[in-house]
Amino acid sequence: MDGEIKKTCLHGSHVALGAQMSPFAGFDMPIQYAGITQEHLAVRNRVGMFDVSHMGEIFISGPDAERYVNHIFTNNISGYQPGKILYGMMLYPNGGCVDDLLVYREFEPDRFLLVVNAANIDKDYDWMLRNSTGYDVKIDNQSDAWGQIAIQGPESEKTVLDVLGLDCAQKLGFYEYCNADYNGHRLIVSRSGYTGEDGFELYATLQDTIKIWDRLLKAGVEPCGLGCRDTLRFEAGLPLYGDELSDEITPIEAGLGIFCKLDKPEFIGREALVAQKELGVEKKLVGIEIFDRAIPRHGYPVELEDGTEVGVVTTGYHSISLDRSICFALVQTKYSTLDTPLWIRIRKKVFPGKVIKKRFYETKYKK
Amino acid sequence: MSKIVEGLKYSDTHEWVKTEGDIAIIGVTDYAQKEMGEITYVDCPDVDDEVEKGGEFGALESVKAASDLFSPVSGTVTEVNEAVVDDPKLVNDDAFENWIIKVQMSDASELDDLMDASAYKAFIKE
Repeated sequence: MDGEIKKTCLHGSHVALGAQMSPFAGFDMPIQYAGITQEHLAVRNRVGMFDVSHMGEIFISGPDAERYVNHIFTNNISGYQPGKILYGMMLYPNGGCVDDLLVYREFEPDRFLLVVNAANIDKDYDWMLRNSTGYDVKIDNQSDAWGQIAIQGPESEKTVLDVLGLDCAQKLGFYEYCNADYNGHRLIVSRSGYTGEDGFELYATLQDTIKIWDRLLKAGVEPCGLGCRDTLRFEAGLPLYGDELSDEITPIEAGLGIFCKLDKPEFIGREALVAQKELGVEKKLVGIEIFDRAIPRHGYPVELEDGTEVGVVTTGYHSISLDRSICFALVQTKYSTLDTPLWIRIRKKVFPGKVIKKRFYETKYKK
Repeated sequence: MSKIVEGLKYSDTHEWVKTEGDIAIIGVTDYAQKEMGEITYVDCPDVDDEVEKGGEFGALESVKAASDLFSPVSGTVTEVNEAVVDDPKLVNDDAFENWIIKVQMSDASELDDLMDASAYKAFIKE
């Protein structure tokens, strides 16, 4: 990462809370406060909050905004009403992934908010600009002006209503948002998240983000670091760019084909995905469970019984909620069917396991 | 401040060694367990495995990451602490009480390359 490491608007609070800090996506971010297990369980059983202010917010507006977003985005925003959120990817022409992102259709016409991964903000913004030729749109990277707090867990609705008084939250379904007024500034209340639980993501000015965070802290909401953000999203079967998606992994290979609307007339990468659908893919993302407490980690080889390497682990943990050693792995397609026996090499030992469903934990989203 | 025990030898990869005759009792330091956080898995060699000074002999795993264990001495593994394998959190509870392996040393002079308590204290610079 060039230049100085960035800090979010909540950095001071993390340090004051004694968080273990570590560089992530160019930001000095909290990995854990009380401990990953405690924070993970707070989100699963009650409520926790995350500083995700490092995420990028890029606004697209103008007469061609809808046509343009559909050009760079795999999902189809046509017919989606204001207040709705869609998940999908931006692809290179070869089907490799520029980033995965959320698209918010704004209440004003011809305006969208695109929320992208922190590590990819500059790359994404550049990609958007380069692919906007011929479209009458304004592309406005406001990432440095917005803070974001994710409030996640079964008590998140109660928290947002009782602690923050954000009444519009109550009527939201999952992947819907509303605008609230906070000290005269815009506050986006989004029912969404990355944990497999019900939850909200609040986008606010930097000063408001600090005030909201402090109110939540005073109310006893557990601060949660990026450590448990990863264990939670992993259990819920959600991909992380850099692990399960990359410029070398297409959404079809990652099992995210439902977010790619091949019936749209056009988007960047569409032809590559159509070809992959027709011809099949060489590798596929699967879940694997091993029958031991050893932990399969990113980069460890997946093998057959005779030691032939047939894949690689992308993310793995000894799951906190399920007490099983499980991982995502990219494996040759012929070994990707459920119950296929596979072995994972962990340092000097090899552990037997089998292919299981990728959604390890049953998600509890608000319907 | 991390606990450091006088009279032990320390490696720059944060293992400690206590000697009883030609047996080296090996564990990780309090500093190392704090750096790792909650330890969830201990990967140990088998009894009779050979270990080499500076060579990897196993690993400690937290939720987040695996940290290799390096042997401060060469020799043959004579015992593995099954209590720690069964309950890895023991290392967090008391890293000096809960050793990991015992090694019959092949060359006790290797101990001279290790740090004493005060040198290790300076090394971790807390």
